[in-house]
Amino acid sequence: MAQKSLLSGWGRFPKVTCNLIRPRLEQDMRRAIEHPSLIPRGNGRSYGDAALNPLGVLSSLQTDRLRSFDPESGILACEAGLLLADLIAFALPRGFFPPVVPGTKFVTVGGMIAADIHGKNHHGAGTFCRHVVSLTLLTADGTIQRCGPDENAALFQATCGGMGLTGMILDAAIRLVPVETAYLRQETLRATSLDDAMALCEASSGWRYGVAWIDCLARGRRLGRSIIYRAEHATKSEVGGDPFGVPPRPVRRIPIDFPAWTLNRWSVSSFNALYYARARVGTSIVDYDRYFFPLDALLGWNRLYGRPGFVQYQCVIPRAESPAALRRLLERLSSAGSSSFLSVLKLCGPQAAGLLSFPLEGYTLALDFPANTANFNLMLELDRIVLEHGGRLYLAKDSRMSATMFRQTYPRLASFQAIRHQIDPTRKFSSLLSERLDL
Amino acid sequence: MTVPQPVLIVGATSDIARAIARAYAKTRRPLILAARSPARLGRDVDDLTLRGAPSVTVIRFDILDQPAHQTALDALGTAQSTIICVVGYLGDQQAAEHDTDAAALIMRTNYLAPALFLDAAADRLLRAGGGTIIGISSVAGDRGRASNYLYGSAKAGFSAFLSGLRNRLARRAVHVVTIKPGFVDTRMTEGMKLPPLLTAQPEEIAAAVLAAEQKRRDVVYVRPIWRFIMIAISAIPERLFKRMRL
Repeated sequence: MAQKSLLSGWGRFPKVTCNLIRPRLEQDMRRAIEHPSLIPRGNGRSYGDAALNPLGVLSSLQTDRLRSFDPESGILACEAGLLLADLIAFALPRGFFPPVVPGTKFVTVGGMIAADIHGKNHHGAGTFCRHVVSLTLLTADGTIQRCGPDENAALFQATCGGMGLTGMILDAAIRLVPVETAYLRQETLRATSLDDAMALCEASSGWRYGVAWIDCLARGRRLGRSIIYRAEHATKSEVGGDPFGVPPRPVRRIPIDFPAWTLNRWSVSSFNALYYARARVGTSIVDYDRYFFPLDALLGWNRLYGRPGFVQYQCVIPRAESPAALRRLLERLSSAGSSSFLSVLKLCGPQAAGLLSFPLEGYTLALDFPANTANFNLMLELDRIVLEHGGRLYLAKDSRMSATMFRQTYPRLASFQAIRHQIDPTRKFSSLLSERLDL
Repeated sequence: MTVPQPVLIVGATSDIARAIARAYAKTRRPLILAARSPARLGRDVDDLTLRGAPSVTVIRFDILDQPAHQTALDALGTAQSTIICVVGYLGDQQAAEHDTDAAALIMRTNYLAPALFLDAAADRLLRAGGGTIIGISSVAGDRGRASNYLYGSAKAGFSAFLSGLRNRLARRAVHVVTIKPGFVDTRMTEGMKLPPLLTAQPEEIAAAVLAAEQKRRDVVYVRPIWRFIMIAISAIPERLFKRMRL
């Protein structure tokens, strides 16, 4: 049974009333497939319009069962609606951790595959899908197909990062990594300029995890000043006490939509200056929750941007082009004074097998913009810079890229379309994103 | 170390029951899931085991089949245990107003069958020397309204039954809990427009059930606001109430 629901991505832009279908079992899923038009949806943490379709949204949230776990190989099998938070709660006490995690633990396994998410260890571990052993996919004709890197590989590569357009992921098996503790040994460094920041990122590529927070409002000599966080899983002896015990973190909820002007050039630049100045340089032991998911302690933080919502703009630029492109992007941003206060810079490793997978070897920069006209115009200018330097945008964050830009920047699109045409000739699986990008 | 007491969940395929089963699995209690269509629970057995339940048994059970009540209780053996009745059936009020069979089904499913079952369960627990009985009733039982009085009246009966049973067993070792969830986001309420502030997730009901057992609570409104809403609704004079659209 479908229910009319007002849905959006995490950016709360756009918002659309959709027929929401929430199956509990595989047999309910098969029945739902008779719907004329559908898009799978996990926990709604992609930012834009990837999991929106007014005609039918097929939720995976009710199918979140653990299936099996092999402590020898570390392979966990589960249903696609399993939340990463639940996966971690299960795996950590057994001495395992997900191979790759994004910036929030409130995502589903299916969502992580469909967006082929990356994390702070992309330079070494690649994207999430590199660690997927196999998955089952309910396709438009109502059949269930198994695929993986060595089985039905073309379908697998289209599904990894395929934004739900190849069908509904039902189950997945993932190879977890062994860890000694629930903690990380983090080293914090300060970079006074963009060159400095990039040099430190390169110098940190031997570390398992690495990411930089970047002040996009700093100008002149300070352009690109950053705080770099690099980390390794902590060993038992480094932690002491209960290696897997993590004290519960105080969680706050943003109870209301803030006024849209809350985040402006002045509030954000003061925040940035404080954040930069107060960062504690040195080594510390941090629990996984604080290290990987700092914003999860602030439930509903997307409401800070007010009712109009916001747009995440995440681009990746090939390594050789990065110094020039990043400088141009930052100069444009700081002169616009646009209030992106969650700006993240990261050095990515080689690109993944997924046909629409986002990361490529180079730097990725993620920015938040309140959804307003000035920022949409600004993003068009940023698009031009990204294009000129051979970069591209992340579909899981996007809600406004043009179809032209998409075609120019995802060279394996034709292969994706060929596979999609084969398994779903009538395009039963489609979303506002796939329509917008003429995918 | 004491052996953990088993938990019998009746009506186990509902969203609330699934959440309750998961919450108890985490506390490492053996689970017995009773449901009309046990096939729907096939995958939940592995899930609950991985989440910590030392054993998960699924039994086919229809609460409307009264002779089967004893058989279902047999699954518990002679152990002190927790018995949770999550059975509920909203039905179609408007259709049932003109259809005796449909009305009777709502009443039997929400009152007669659960009450008879828990009565038998009480005897078992007394013989075992103790335990907990938890009934999932409803705020709809606090006052009959035009839009759902068949369901509401049956839940009112069920609430009164639980209250009486609690009174009867208060000096014995069996504790009786009444849970009143208010609106819950489940299959039963799918398609209804529910106000988010008043609507609980199944996991909240599960947490309330566990806390109620542990702290030996008697009547629990899962979201406290519902207690005040129902006090207000109950306080409206009948003369006025009968003209209201609720």
